Amino acid sequence: MRAPDYPIVSVRNLSKHYPLRSWWGGKASVFRAVEDVSFDIRAGETLGLVGESGSGKSTIGRAVTMLNPPTAGTVAFEGTDLAKLSPRAMRGMRARIQTVFQDPYAALNPRMSVGDYVSEAFKLHRPEMGRAERRAAVAGLFERVGLEPRFAGRFPHQFSGGQRQRICIARAIALKPSFIVADEPIAALDVSIQAQVVNLLQDLQAELGLSYLFISHDLRMVRYLCHRVAVLWRGRIVELAESDALYDDPRHPYTQRLLGAVPVPDPAAERARLAAEQARPASPIAEGGDLVEVAPGHWVVTRS
Amino acid sequence: MSDMPRLETPLLEVRDLAVAFDTDGGAVHAVNGVSYALREGETLGIVGESGSGKSVHVLAMLGLIPRPPGRITGGQVLFRGRDLLTLPEKALRKVRGGEIGFVFQDPMSSLNPGMTVAAQIVEPLRIHLGLDARAARRRARELLDLVRIPNAAGRLDQYPHEFSGGQRQRVMIAIGIACRPKLLIADEATTALDVTVQAEIVALVQELKREIGMAIIWITHDLGVVAGISDTVQVMYAGRILERGPVDDIFADPRSAYTLGLLRSLPDLTRGRAGRGRLRQIEGAPPDMRAPPPGDPFAPRNAYATPRCRTEAPPLVQAAGAAPGHLVAAWYDLPAILAREAEEAR
Ligand SMILES: Nc1ncnc2c1ncn2[C@@H]1O[C@H](COP(=O)(O)OP(=O)(O)O)[C@@H](O)[C@H]1O
Ligand SMILES: Nc1ncnc2c1ncn2[C@@H]1O[C@H](COP(=O)(O)OP(=O)(O)O)[C@@H](O)[C@H]1O
Ligand code: SF4
Ligand SMILES: [Mg+2]
Ligand SMILES: [Mg+2]
Repeated sequence: MRAPDYPIVSVRNLSKHYPLRSWWGGKASVFRAVEDVSFDIRAGETLGLVGESGSGKSTIGRAVTMLNPPTAGTVAFEGTDLAKLSPRAMRGMRARIQTVFQDPYAALNPRMSVGDYVSEAFKLHRPEMGRAERRAAVAGLFERVGLEPRFAGRFPHQFSGGQRQRICIARAIALKPSFIVADEPIAALDVSIQAQVVNLLQDLQAELGLSYLFISHDLRMVRYLCHRVAVLWRGRIVELAESDALYDDPRHPYTQRLLGAVPVPDPAAERARLAAEQARPASPIAEGGDLVEVAPGHWVVTRS
Repeated sequence: MSDMPRLETPLLEVRDLAVAFDTDGGAVHAVNGVSYALREGETLGIVGESGSGKSVHVLAMLGLIPRPPGRITGGQVLFRGRDLLTLPEKALRKVRGGEIGFVFQDPMSSLNPGMTVAAQIVEPLRIHLGLDARAARRRARELLDLVRIPNAAGRLDQYPHEFSGGQRQRVMIAIGIACRPKLLIADEATTALDVTVQAEIVALVQELKREIGMAIIWITHDLGVVAGISDTVQVMYAGRILERGPVDDIFADPRSAYTLGLLRSLPDLTRGRAGRGRLRQIEGAPPDMRAPPPGDPFAPRNAYATPRCRTEAPPLVQAAGAAPGHLVAAWYDLPAILAREAEEAR
């Protein structure tokens, strides 16, 4: 399936700086967690965001959803600059932009039944809905994500990790969003469960026309799921391309190192990869440079 | 792969190990009759569902199960001929951190935040090798060099928080190998690390293995890592071993439907997006260990299960027609099923 060509999310020159408190009384400075990041996500598209821990992936995810607004730059959603919205309009917009996190157990309320948790989305955003209508909608959502509706009265601890993530996904799609930030949504799940959740995300995308920002360190799953991929390194995008182009022809040294480090689940191939890696120690990666389009749609930071 | 000579007596022999935890909801049978042997210098990769008893069975070997609620309900763990389960705590302490080194992911056994790195590396060297303070400190510096912490001498007196996550795991490995163990146990040692850092740690452990000649038990959920470093692979589920055998055979000729499911569910890093279908997922969820299913614990999720699988747990035996030492616990015949499927698909 090819994604349509208009952007649903447009991020321009986004930066997020955190203050570094100087307890010795010196000049206060900032930590540049994310610096000058721009990308679009088209309707029905999945953009993958990869990079080492601390590179700013979650910071971008929270900035794009305005859960933690950027220090500089703009985030436009369906053409509207989110920073310019009134609080009331932003509340309405929130229904259309959702997040799914790594740890579903932390997202759930241990003392609230999972049905009430999903229903809460309606209570907050659809006050016109009656009890029976909400209950029916929750049952439909449960079915949609592969949970038995009769489990709605149960509590989070009665579910497995994969089921809890389904519950979180049910709530995320309750208000018919058009965009979901999925921040490491399968990282805490068993290998045997990850494929279930990825298949579900993909089915929902096809049905509901969702766009995803898929943040993950599982580079195999990113290639499988994502139409395009952005590689983040030290708060900056160093490469962005169609996923096949990125994986088949990585240009930036960091992307090359990252992809080269993924173990292959084939003994002979993996032993060969380990031996080759041992023979060629990693060289340092230079900072700086500008994003340049080296092939159609393939952007790489290049030092002039 | 190991080029160590194969000795007749195994380094480690686990016999019918069983561990239970007493909980409010009744006894959890976390490890349910696990038996295997490990040769000197052999690398055993253990994969399996979370909660399948991978961690608990190694903690039990090392005498680190909290009691209560834990109970070792049966079995023996023979390490160089001695049963670790009946060894007095004092003798066990000499083995643990001495002849057996370990690196865990969880904080229980990770670094003490209030002690310098030097103090923590020096401790086992003094306890187990009886080195004096100066010799131990010199050895500590060599160990930090060995695990490639830059400027080792300058960093000995720093505290764990002054190291990055990858470096802290290197320090853990330095402690794990400090006494040149016969066996290193690594439980999800690289799970929390970036893939590039994981690659460095895996390479480092391979190098140390060549140098020290130690055996390794490497527990991970990453089938790629297991493929590269293991001589033998063991697949666990619900406190049991479902399959075990030489690494190449496990990947090329899996005999347990669970192993096959895991291998099939992984997308291929080198495969383009065109024409790719849905991922082949394993249905269902792992069993609740407070009330495990009767029979084969994987049966409820196994499309190939026979009626017998649901009532009677299969023993772990040599798989028919497979490489010697390739064991499987299954009543169904996976190669026959796959051949039939291939036939029907044609
Ligand atoms: N609230 C905060 N205050 C200060 N620093 C932060 C805060 N949140 C994140 N950071 C820092 O910003 C960097 C990027 O973090 P994050 O976006 O969580 O990275 P990732 O998700 O890629 O692991 C890290 O160095 C992190 O420590
Ligand atoms: N302290 C404990 N109390 C009760 N149950 C425990 C305890 N530690 C582990 N278990 C249970 O033992 C089983 C095996 O756990 P573990 O060995 O940690 O699994 P894994 O294969 O993921 O390492 C799980 O069902 C777990 O819930
Ligand atoms: S090194 Fe210290 S903590 Fe570790 S086993 Fe030896 S005595 Fe115990
Ligand atoms: Mg993050
Ligand atoms: Mg474990």
